Amino acid sequence: MLSLQILANGLILGGLYACIAAGFSLVWGVLNVINILHGSFIVLGGYLAFFAYSIAGIHPFLAILIAAPLFFALGYVLQAGLINRMIAAPVLLTLTLTFGLDLMLSNAMLVAFSADFRKLILEPPLGVLSLGALVLPVDRLSAMALALALTGLLYLVLARSRVGRAIVAVRMDREAAALMGVNVKRIYAVTFGLGALMAGASGALLAMIFPISPLVGPVYLGKAFVICVLGGLGSVPGAMIGGLTLGVVESFGALWFGPEHAVTLSFTLLIVVLVLRPSGMLGKKGYE
Amino acid sequence: MSALLELSGVSRRFGGLRALSQIDLAVERGEVVGLIGPNGAGKTTLVNVVTGVHRASTGRVRFDGEDVTRLRPFQAARRGIARTFQIVQPFPGMTVLENVTAAALFAGGGRSIPQARSQAREHLGFVGLAGVADKPAAALTLAMRKRLELAKSLAMRPKLLLLDEVNAGLNAVEMDAALALIRGIAARGVTIVIIEHLMKVVLSLCSRIVVLHHGELIAAGAPAEIVKDERVIQAYLGRRYAAAQAAGG
Amino acid sequence: MKRDALLGVALFALIAALPLSGDSYWMRLGTTMLMYGVLAISWNFIGGMAGYPSFASAAFFGLGAYTGAVAQKLGVPMALAWGLAGIFALAFAAALGLALLRLRGHYFAIASLVVAEVLRELVNAATDLTGGGMGLNLPIPRLASVQAQAVFFFYAMLALAALAFATTLVVVRSRLGFGLRCIQQNESAADMLGVNTTRYKVAAFMLSGVFVGVAGAIYASWLHYIEPPDVFDVLYSVKAIVMVLLGGAGSVFGPLVGAALFLSLEELVWRNYLQVHTGVLGLLIVLLVMFLPRGLMSLRLRKDSLVGKSAKASG
Repeated sequence: MLSLQILANGLILGGLYACIAAGFSLVWGVLNVINILHGSFIVLGGYLAFFAYSIAGIHPFLAILIAAPLFFALGYVLQAGLINRMIAAPVLLTLTLTFGLDLMLSNAMLVAFSADFRKLILEPPLGVLSLGALVLPVDRLSAMALALALTGLLYLVLARSRVGRAIVAVRMDREAAALMGVNVKRIYAVTFGLGALMAGASGALLAMIFPISPLVGPVYLGKAFVICVLGGLGSVPGAMIGGLTLGVVESFGALWFGPEHAVTLSFTLLIVVLVLRPSGMLGKKGYE
Repeated sequence: MSALLELSGVSRRFGGLRALSQIDLAVERGEVVGLIGPNGAGKTTLVNVVTGVHRASTGRVRFDGEDVTRLRPFQAARRGIARTFQIVQPFPGMTVLENVTAAALFAGGGRSIPQARSQAREHLGFVGLAGVADKPAAALTLAMRKRLELAKSLAMRPKLLLLDEVNAGLNAVEMDAALALIRGIAARGVTIVIIEHLMKVVLSLCSRIVVLHHGELIAAGAPAEIVKDERVIQAYLGRRYAAAQAAGG
Repeated sequence: MKRDALLGVALFALIAALPLSGDSYWMRLGTTMLMYGVLAISWNFIGGMAGYPSFASAAFFGLGAYTGAVAQKLGVPMALAWGLAGIFALAFAAALGLALLRLRGHYFAIASLVVAEVLRELVNAATDLTGGGMGLNLPIPRLASVQAQAVFFFYAMLALAALAFATTLVVVRSRLGFGLRCIQQNESAADMLGVNTTRYKVAAFMLSGVFVGVAGAIYASWLHYIEPPDVFDVLYSVKAIVMVLLGGAGSVFGPLVGAALFLSLEELVWRNYLQVHTGVLGLLIVLLVMFLPRGLMSLRLRKDSLVGKSAKASG
């Protein structure tokens, strides 16, 4: 019974992780850029939800609606203004570029919000849901449901909308897409915007569950890496599978090895998977 | 003495696709063998299996009396198997001389960089690129890059040279020069397997022709027999070619 | 060859005169600069010469620091502990290289980045041996004065940097250096030409680890105290890369020039904008990548670039 509870906890965590990784994976897969900023975007989304609730009393679920356009715009501008200029450069340079941007953003947050951990506490609390022996906190459960809904929405956008099809086309074959009249640079900017949007929105959801601080950005970033490698690059279902896998592994890992080894466990998993399957569990070759 | 290169029952699968199936082939020392067949017949895959880029799924590859089935490319190169690529691959940021020096140093038994460099100069002279030795490789024309590939291959002191469409994209004059060069290499005693689409080239160079189709070896023999072989005409040469040959010959 | 070696000797002789100033601020700065120099020169082996975007410097640095510190705690003399740190880093780089160097591009970058995090967590957890999050105190060397200690560690770091630099000079002219350049240009073509790519890459990775490991151990002895987040700081990896980019990747003097410039900038920023120094550092990185991706050395050498330069060096 205990293991069922652990499994449930893991799946809830995993749903949130899927949302964290979906945007990161999209950017990596389509632009071949590792967005080191992703972790800080998540934290910034958390602060947005925190202040929206503590100052204006806006529920975090609604804060997503504010976060979405803001983060999309932020991502779009960054890509169109800066990263697009470097998009053809070697991996090392784009990686270093987003690293530099991340240092700026995380430093700005440190100055603005200090390193103190804050937590968004809903008043009144949402309570727990008991299903037989299973105990599920409603805030986590609903955050997970929303996270999965957002991830599903991203999937639909990519599969059904005009711009989504263009993104997929650019990912498959940039030259061919350009020949068909797709403005590749604009699609890059839209993709980066969507990635930032997903980060900001998942940050707002996480704010109800985990303490917020500029210091936790790298932790989320690390998780996004691991999920991408587990699930394969650039696909939403991949992020979903990778996220759920990591959530479950972390839950059971905490049970068996103690919670202090969560990071070691997930990164060891990452390295083992990379060495065994150099292009990710579900990854296709050619997205190096 | 046994054949220089011997493939027995070699197959290679990619997922569900059989790129090569049950190939038996022997290449004798000093031969110039033409490897022909339609696109996707498995010619380049065969070269890749021999050079260790892909490992044979089943079967054995023997070279110079040794089993080389499981060797990696650099090991095959050091034993004397050299190749050129359909799409030429120099080190673009190095000079022409450095490109050839690398081949002489790492596969051609060069004991030191200066020694390898002087070997490289000789090979560049042989292919007629001595004048551009200090130019960056990226600055060469396509015809010159193909010569550079040949010089690199020679610098590896090969026993066997696999030429993958070295003439593609060359004009008539450039091609004549390339053919003369290949004859010169063969005259040095290097065994050559050449993948080529132009029958004119194959017929003028090769002592024997091997035909692949859908990954299977459908014919092998002297040029005169091959151009009359019914299966080869069906699979590759086409009726019109056969008719023209009959009318012309 | 001779010219580079002479220039190198002159440069290090000049740096060696620094203790004459007798100023402890300059001593600290000089030691740090030499340490940065070791980081940059080391990264150049794998990142500049072989073209693999390694983020493993922090892992080697932390591993060396903790190897040295734990060895001294267990009673090993200091110099021996430093050597041990080098050997540990070398062996670790060999094992890690065999596993990770099969990956390319982002995958290699991320995997190497993650190694430092894993080591940090392991060190954190091994409380008995390492003191965990409490950090580890090291014995203070029995030297006459604080001043004498500063001079001692300065020269230790200088010797290490000179050794790393001399290794660069040798490698650039060697079969290994040539093979690494081939790999950097086109790995599968290098393989076809008979370069044992695995062995060469692992060798480059080991070179990128060994000196950094020793630097970590010297750093630990110098500060008398280390803690996991300090020595496994991912910024060590990033700084190494930025310094080489600043100076020009793959060149002989680039890493040293980059280290000196970077430290000067960092020091200026640190002193004047303490609160936002990482942000300003980030801005510097962004500007560097956007406007000088091939390093400051490229300004002067743009015409004959790396190609012409190395052709002359080997011709």
